[in-house]
Amino acid sequence: MDYISLAVETIFINNIVLAYFLGMCSFLACSKKIETATGLGLAVMFVLGITAPFNWLVKEFFLRPGAMSWTGIETLAGLDLSFLNLICFIAVIASTVQLVEMVLDKYFPRLYTSLGIFLPLITVNCSILGGSLFMVERDYTFLETSVYGISAGGGFALAIVALSGIRKKIRYSRIPEGLQGLGMTMILTGLMSLVFAAFSGISL
Amino acid sequence: MKFMLNHLHKQKHLFEPGGKLAWLYPLYEAQETFLFTPADTATSAPHVRDGLDLKRLMITVIIALIPSTLFAIYNAGLQFNTINLGFEPTVMNNWKEGLAIVMPLILVSYIVGGLTEVVFAIIRKHDINEGFLVTGLLFPITLPPTLPLWQAALGIFVGVVIGKEIFGGTGFNVLNPALTGRAFILFCFPVNFSGDVYTKIVDSTNVIDGWTGGTSLSIAGAITEGSVVEALHAEGFTWAPMFWGFMGGSIAETSVFFSIIGAIILIGTGVASWRIMVSAIGTMLGVAALLNLIPEAHSTPYLQLPFYYHLVMGSFVWGVVYMATDPVSSAASTPGKWIYGVSLGLLVLTHRIANPAFTEGTLLAILFMNVMSPLIDHYVVQAHVRKRQTDIQARRLSYAAS
Repeated sequence: MDYISLAVETIFINNIVLAYFLGMCSFLACSKKIETATGLGLAVMFVLGITAPFNWLVKEFFLRPGAMSWTGIETLAGLDLSFLNLICFIAVIASTVQLVEMVLDKYFPRLYTSLGIFLPLITVNCSILGGSLFMVERDYTFLETSVYGISAGGGFALAIVALSGIRKKIRYSRIPEGLQGLGMTMILTGLMSLVFAAFSGISL
Repeated sequence: MKFMLNHLHKQKHLFEPGGKLAWLYPLYEAQETFLFTPADTATSAPHVRDGLDLKRLMITVIIALIPSTLFAIYNAGLQFNTINLGFEPTVMNNWKEGLAIVMPLILVSYIVGGLTEVVFAIIRKHDINEGFLVTGLLFPITLPPTLPLWQAALGIFVGVVIGKEIFGGTGFNVLNPALTGRAFILFCFPVNFSGDVYTKIVDSTNVIDGWTGGTSLSIAGAITEGSVVEALHAEGFTWAPMFWGFMGGSIAETSVFFSIIGAIILIGTGVASWRIMVSAIGTMLGVAALLNLIPEAHSTPYLQLPFYYHLVMGSFVWGVVYMATDPVSSAASTPGKWIYGVSLGLLVLTHRIANPAFTEGTLLAILFMNVMSPLIDHYVVQAHVRKRQTDIQARRLSYAAS
């Protein structure tokens, strides 16, 4: 039950895009077509779902103060490597994204081409690193981290797919010239985040 | 009338292209279409032959809103007169005080929203249409009667500009403009919406300087043990008055009876979708009834609340009838409407049961479904396309076989 409530909370209440505004670049850029948005959303969900627990292991067994006591070597056991958090997390994320890229290129070439530059850019998507850093900050256990990773990615996917649906609809609207494209998308993001703020009080 | 029409037509040349006041053409056009039925035909494709145009559609909504609004005015006065000592809640007094409370809000909404619309229409050269009359009336009657007028003005301004005009005006918006405005001021000034302030209070020199009381929803949400129904009855919230609407709350939301009258008008004229109303209200009541079946030991008092109380509490029915059925921002396809309504009912129920911060989730649930409806429509269309493709494929195969 706790895990379900964590998942619901992460998807709707603390939505990583609409409440924390992480991962805006790909959110704004890849939401033109519903297919692309779905692909990117799933890719982010996949990468977050893998990297967050993996980073948890790295943190738990190598980086946190006293993490390496399992080696039995006294000098290692006393080490506090948490200053390496950022760089290790980024290394893990970058290598995972490479992996995803190769898999997509081989098995889903159409999705691969439509994602284009944004797939490698997932490496620097703030929501992925943000997921790992929130995991450290909130002291999640391994299982909680796994749930958190997947549902944060799910929140991203939900938001970007919803936005792409709206952008498809407003293609026929008479939007003022100065606002066409990104400007309107920013306003839509603001409106969506206003709507998602409604969930902020839910307690399960 | 003939005289007015002649007068109007005499001025027409001023506003036509090349005339002195050509830039004010939207204002002229608005007057002509609001007051009369011009013989103009549609100027841009697609052309559909139908007696129903935007004007008739919007005016029908206004007509459907009138019973609800009139009752709301009376009820605002009634609440005011019962709460403040020294005021007799007679019928005359109720009308008097009600008008004094509600009319300023409606006027502010029409004036501020109308001016905003006119400015946009002139600059962006589109027609002012009757859609605004609906937004301008829907917005103020969703507000608490105590709301300061400047906040109402801000709300309708944001609703018209951000909710509608930057998308290009009526018909292009994604969210319901009236609800966008209300959500904006709800998050800006949450204190005024907390559910505890529910009528205008005479200032401090009078007998009391303030009076607050919970709404049925906040009372029900606060109960952690015992029976919610008993707690509601203790505060004077019994089923029948809640159904007729004699209780405090945002201006027009209280009366389920008058919402149903509005719903009959809207469905009878075919203006609003009965599918959305039926599926939303049906889901909400059905799921609430199922939750009632959970044995008491595993349940919370709120889950035990009999389902028919959910119908009369808060603004659910009113919101579904007038707000959720907005043809622009709701789902457009037939299966999409069912999905939209069912999700709406579930969301509102979830908000009521699990969200102590916003006991009334109707407004925000409708906005959330507005956000999702283009997506619902997209998937409905996709599913349809796929089905047709497999059908054609199957037919081809059977031809080939024969």
